[in-house]
Amino acid sequence: MNAAVIYTSREEIEVYRFNFAATLFIPAAAVLLQSYLPVAFHGRLHFFDVFDLPLLVTIFFGVARRNPIAGSITGCLIGLAQDALTHNYLGLFGIAKTFVGYGASSLATRIDVENPGSRFLITVGFYMIHRIVYVLVQRGMVLQDVPANWLHSIGAALANGLLAIVVFAVLDRFKQRA
Amino acid sequence: MESFFSRYRNPMILGMVLLLQVFGLAVQVKRPIDPRKPEAGSVRMIRLWISGVITPVERVFVATGNWFGQSWHDYLNIGGLRRENRELREQNEQLRIQQAQMAEDAAQGRRLQALLDFKQHFVSQTVAAQVIGSSGTELSRILYIDRGARDGIRSDMAVITPDGVVGKVKDVFPFTAQVLVMNDASSGVGALLEKSRLHGVVKGTTTGDLTLEHVMVDEKVEPGERVLTSGGDRIYPKGLPIGTVAQISSGNDLFLNIHLKPAADLNRLDEVLVVTQPQLAQADSENPVKAADILAQRLPGITQKPAESTAGVKPGPAGNSAVSNTKPTPSPAKPKVVKPPVKTVPQNEPAATPSPIATPASTPEPSATAPEENKPQ
Repeated sequence: MNAAVIYTSREEIEVYRFNFAATLFIPAAAVLLQSYLPVAFHGRLHFFDVFDLPLLVTIFFGVARRNPIAGSITGCLIGLAQDALTHNYLGLFGIAKTFVGYGASSLATRIDVENPGSRFLITVGFYMIHRIVYVLVQRGMVLQDVPANWLHSIGAALANGLLAIVVFAVLDRFKQRA
Repeated sequence: MESFFSRYRNPMILGMVLLLQVFGLAVQVKRPIDPRKPEAGSVRMIRLWISGVITPVERVFVATGNWFGQSWHDYLNIGGLRRENRELREQNEQLRIQQAQMAEDAAQGRRLQALLDFKQHFVSQTVAAQVIGSSGTELSRILYIDRGARDGIRSDMAVITPDGVVGKVKDVFPFTAQVLVMNDASSGVGALLEKSRLHGVVKGTTTGDLTLEHVMVDEKVEPGERVLTSGGDRIYPKGLPIGTVAQISSGNDLFLNIHLKPAADLNRLDEVLVVTQPQLAQADSENPVKAADILAQRLPGITQKPAESTAGVKPGPAGNSAVSNTKPTPSPAKPKVVKPPVKTVPQNEPAATPSPIATPASTPEPSATAPEENKPQ
């Protein structure tokens, strides 16, 4: 028997938008905090570089807007800003986050992404996709043979998943029904 | 009511397309760091923009934090003590550097005395900088400091703390600079083991650990042995502590897997020193050495020279330790007083006035540049 797996109905899908200030301020704040927090308080928060706030913001905007083009562009711009703060080529994070933005927006039209459990799973999944795309581009295009520590990446994905539950709950306040 | 987005949809799409193109251009175009100083190099426009947006805010954060902290202490009437403490700490940091230099000098004798003079000469020329930001990702271990091209910072300058090496300057902006920390996977530092004098390259890993590479499996390396900069990469002055050997294991190939514990706490960096004058080329020009003289020094049995003719010859600092592990022959040359160059001390720079030391002038060792990954400029 073939049964279509339906995770949500079309009627349940809600598309959100954000005001102009939130659209600019939230990604900028994410990039700023990501840069500042690891060295803040005399480096006592250096463990923070495990987290990827810009990625969480990319996922959040993607699933809220449910528009793949907007998700791609958001991911691209956030990724480029993040790239600019590293010493690597511009585009490594840009390409990875463009994929994530597109994927998150596309996925949000199919499944429920509002409850904490699904948010955790989505973030863990997209963190790993982000990491895989980054490594593929780094090795395939940039020809940097940097070994990837996948066990560490899985741990970081789980940590980001937990942080996403909190961050998304905070960012929900900025959502406006379209 | 018509929303803002739907009302201005067309102009916004136009703006976005233009913005994307501008971003595309910014990615490609390089711009001089300081238009008034073309020799300062260039940097990609987008890096300049993003850095220009991010770092001022970080500077404000740091400055605000410092201001509040300072105000609180002033309120408690210990402002003077704090200032004095800061000055003493700077003095202490400088003394610790000098102490490390002297300890090495005493242990290694006259050969390293010349090296010590070299190190003192260059390490004393530093600019103090505060860490104000980072790349924010483990995939790129970058720090931002509050000193830039306007403070005399240039690419590839060594960055240290009194405890040891931190990394090197990567990109320089007018008021800030990027520091590539040595535990980044793409960084490399020419190194040598303090006791065995074995040379290798210290590299970072994706997890932020330090490893010493290119040491053969048949060499004897002990845990706890100190690892110093070799100076072979022509970035880091020779003899600065990098770390200590933490763990040794046999590698897959002919080399040992040596894990290091960094001398400086790379995760908790607050203030760092940028070595602004590591000019090995200058040492070359000041103390020209003939190849025959170097040969005479290393192989005295082959080329004998009268004392008068070698009086002007500068014996090598370590018998060129990048090439040889043998003990150098004592030089007959008379000690020469090397005066440190007159320099302008930038703001916040620790006052360093190394006294002239009577040493034989040093011979620069040949370049032993650490291998680098494919990296952007």
